[in-house]
Parts: sequence; structure tokens; C-alpha cells
Amino acid sequence: MDRKATNYIIDDREQGLFRVNRRVFTNPECLAEERRRIFEKCWIYVGHESEVPHPGDFQSRNVAGRPLVLVRGDDNIIRVLLNTCTHRGAMVCRQKSGNAKTFQCPYHAWTYNCRGQLIGTPGEDSYSDGFSREERALASPAQVGNYRGFIFACFDRTTESLYEYLAGAREYLDLVADQSEVGMKIIAGQQSYSARANWKLLVENSYDGYHGLPTHQRYFTFLTDIGVQVRGGDMNRPPHQMAADLGNGHAVVEYASPWGRPIAHWVPPFGEHRKVHFEQLRTKFDERFGPDRAYRICETSRNLGIFPNLVINDIMAITVRTFYPVSPDYMEVNAWALAPIEESAEDSALRLDNFLTFLGPGGFATPDDVEMLESCQRGFANKEVMWSDISRGMKREHPSITDELQMRAFWRRWNDLMTTPQIRRARKAA
Amino acid sequence: MSAEQLPSRSEVEDLLYREAALLDEWRLEEWLELLTDDATYQVPPTDVPEGDARNTLFIVADDAIRIRSRVKQLLDKSAWAENPHSRTRRMISNVRVLGADGDDILVTANFIVNRMRYENADIYVGRYNYRLVRHQGSLKIRERRVILDNEALRPHGKISFIL
Repeated sequence: MDRKATNYIIDDREQGLFRVNRRVFTNPECLAEERRRIFEKCWIYVGHESEVPHPGDFQSRNVAGRPLVLVRGDDNIIRVLLNTCTHRGAMVCRQKSGNAKTFQCPYHAWTYNCRGQLIGTPGEDSYSDGFSREERALASPAQVGNYRGFIFACFDRTTESLYEYLAGAREYLDLVADQSEVGMKIIAGQQSYSARANWKLLVENSYDGYHGLPTHQRYFTFLTDIGVQVRGGDMNRPPHQMAADLGNGHAVVEYASPWGRPIAHWVPPFGEHRKVHFEQLRTKFDERFGPDRAYRICETSRNLGIFPNLVINDIMAITVRTFYPVSPDYMEVNAWALAPIEESAEDSALRLDNFLTFLGPGGFATPDDVEMLESCQRGFANKEVMWSDISRGMKREHPSITDELQMRAFWRRWNDLMTTPQIRRARKAA
Repeated sequence: MSAEQLPSRSEVEDLLYREAALLDEWRLEEWLELLTDDATYQVPPTDVPEGDARNTLFIVADDAIRIRSRVKQLLDKSAWAENPHSRTRRMISNVRVLGADGDDILVTANFIVNRMRYENADIYVGRYNYRLVRHQGSLKIRERRVILDNEALRPHGKISFIL
């Protein structure tokens, strides 16, 4: 791999120039390094606690290239288990989701309970005294953490706690989690798709305010057609918008948005009959949090990137989106909708309807994002153009959402992890 | 509706084959004429193929307004995911007239839709569930539900055309 740290990015704060070497999107060796230095070092999103509400509930997931099982034990503890029999390797959980008291390996019938403990090894008298069932329990990632229902795993025991790792991103996760008094839930239905593009292009795209108008022109035309006022807004408030580096590679953009928000921002297409209901919802937030925080929760949108591969976009609905590179030029994407548990069936239907106007592989926007990412990836074949430019707003005191501060926050962290000498990391670990 | 009032399979096939041709030829305005004013178009998620769009996150759940908006967008240059247009070729088979539900005629058919773009060839496989109605003598589509057998949209990435 390249030994010169300066080869991935150019971060010239004096001149206000930021460049990313396009090799990081195309080089298989770079991806191998990312797997080792980023995906095995950072906290990676696994799932949401609402997806395993009852003892024995499980979800099979592919996380950081590994088949895992997210499972709630009969002791009500949520665990993440590595889905491989400790005997000879077969996957012990073969269903996508369900409820189970035990996981039995179909190969030789080793059996584990839903806490991952090994409880059955047929023909046990053939094993020596040195054999221990305890030691052959299903393995877990080095660390598992839960922040307000979002469950993460980390394969490195020297990494800081999830709480510390999330740093400034916690404030924005709170703005999402606070939308319910009893908890948030993932709604049934997983959008499982892909893009023929490098995974970091989707990171950049997910909180990129600059591409909004040119890439998504048709969405804004659609909004206008159905009666949403795209420009203007509340004249009594200054236009709210900001981009922030949240530390550890996390970043966010937050802005007053024209579209309706099922969490109490009414727009005409929602129907006159819902107006009073939305005002009541909003009043509840005012009472719980005061007018400023209530305004933020209800009327502003947030595109939040949690390093390295989790996006929570709280926009015209809330999407939780994670992705993982299969190869430098291909990623798998999974996305879900998040909603307050107590939301009424009617409000939930409205939320899902609003979600689909923009989001997902059949929405009026996401397919165009995928198109742009794939177009970039094809363009990278022109190796003569070595650098992408991510300099927008670099000299501004308060970069806007159409600047590129959020991407620079990601890239600086990415570069640190990719270039820190390994030997020093090993010493620190010891 | 009595069994004698149900359309013949060949009459239904004529409609579905005509629909397939209009979609493959990007004659989307003419395709809209095959729909009732209140028609819906749905693609359930691959993991909940029998789901209900009111409580399940679908891939597509268009009402009458959104279908027409989708067509308008697709025929405009700024629907980048379909500019340039995909080439598609639909194979419709195993057409069955299942019966009636009130005025609705229930029809199912299998499909393979090949989508070619930028020298990638992606295959969508599944079945259509239709609710048809007879309107001024001819059959119209009231509900069009596209149930994918694909376990994920991989490597397709999107359903940007009308599936």
C-alpha cells in the first residue's frame, strides 16, 4: 500500500483547497486497507432494538462483511452473535428473521440457546475432558453498544466506548429519538438495493446540499405540482441552516425544509382535515421541549452521517441507511423507515407515503442519486484526472449546507485512520 | 360477476401484451390510458411481498396522482436515472384469470423484465397481480401490484422505470 500519507487527500487550509485522490474509489488494495483499518476498528451499525422486541426474536444481518445474528435472549438482553458454528463453521441461523428458543447447526446438530450458549453436542462422550462447552459458545464482536435503541458492534476491543465514539452525533440522534415518548421503531419492509459505485460516494451524497437542486429538480417540481411551497417559508424566523463537524468523522446538515414532515410539520398535500391534528402534535413538542427545540425537531430536517457507514436522514420521513463495499466499485445498501412506536396507523401510513415520494430505489430522488454515484464511478476510469475537489466553503466561517464541510469532516477522519502507522496503533493497544 | 361475465384469458393477454409493448416502447402517455382514474401501482419490498403499503415500507406505492407525476417526470429530461432511457424487454406468461371481487377482475401473470443500460443487463423476475375493470366495453387497470421474486435489488440498484 502507499506509504505516503499525503497521497489520499490534499488538505490545504491556507489556500482553502481540499482534494481527494480518486484512487481511493477504485483501488482494491485501498478497500482491503479500509476493511482492516476502518470497518474492523470503528463502531458499525447492526440494527435497532425495536427489530427484536420479544425474547427469542432474531434478525440475520450482514455487517462489515460478516453474517451476524441480532437476537434478544430469554434474559431480555440483546446480543450480537457471529453466525458460524464453533464446531466446523456452518451458519447456525438460516432464516432472515423470526423467533427461536435455540439455534441448531444443521451440519452436526450442535445446538445453542438464544443467549449463544452451547447446550447440545450429540455424542458428547467422544470428547475429552479438555473440551469445554462454555468455551465453544457462539462468538460475539469484541464490543456491542446501544445508544437510544441503535445497536452497534465493534470488532476491536481497544476502540473507545460507543458513547464516546458517537461524540457530537449524539445530539442529533437525540433529536430523532426524542420524537417519541416511548421509543422509536423500525417499520416492516427493508429496502435492499445497491449501487455500482464506491461506498464513500454514498457517504458524500447523503448529506450533500449542493446537489439537491440540479440532481433532484424533478422532486422539487413534483412538490410544487402537489401544492407544496418550495421557496419562502416562515418569514418570522431567519432561514435556519447549518453544517457541522461532529467529531470522529461524523457530520450533519440541518435546515428548514419545504416538504411536510410527519412529525408535526403540516403542508397542504397532507389535507385540511389533518391540520388541527398536526397543530396538536406540535403543541405536545412545545410542551415537552420548549419552542426552540420543538421547532428544530418538527420543522427542520437533518442529514446525519455517522462514521463510517451509517446515515440517518430525518427529512420528509426518517430513513436509517447502511451500506458496505463488496468491491471498490460496488456496494450493497439496506434502508429502513423509523417512526415513533405510538404513532397512529393513519399517521404512519402518511409517513410511509411521504417517505416514498423521495426515498428508496423506487422514489423520486434516490434513483437519481444512485445514477450520479454510478456516473462518478464510470468517470473515474479517466485516471488522468487524479483528484476530486471538495473545497466548497473552506474559507467560510459558517459553511452552509451547500458547502462541503461535512465531506471534509468524513475525509479527514478517514485519512487519519488510513494513514496512522500501524505499529504505533499496536503499541497503543498494548 | 358470474363466471360467464369474466373476460377470456386471450382478452386479458391482449391487454397485458399491449401494456408491455407500450412500456417497452416508452409510450407512457398511451399507457396511462389503460388505467382507471383511481388506479394504483405498487411494488412491495422484497422481504414482505404480501405487505400492506399502509404499514409496510414499499419500494413503490403510487396513487393516481403519483403515477401520473411519475410518467411526467420520466418523460422529462431531469429524471436522470432514466435519461438516457433504459432499454427494457418484458416477457409475460402464465396469465390466469382468477375470478372476481365485486366489479374487479382478478388476474395474475408471471414476468421477466430485462433492463439494459450502460451495458449492464439486469433481470427483474416476479408476478403481476392485477385488478381490472370493464369500462365502456374495454378492460382497464385499476390496481397493478408487482411482486418481485428477486431477494434484493442487487445489482439492479433501482426501479427507475415503470416495472
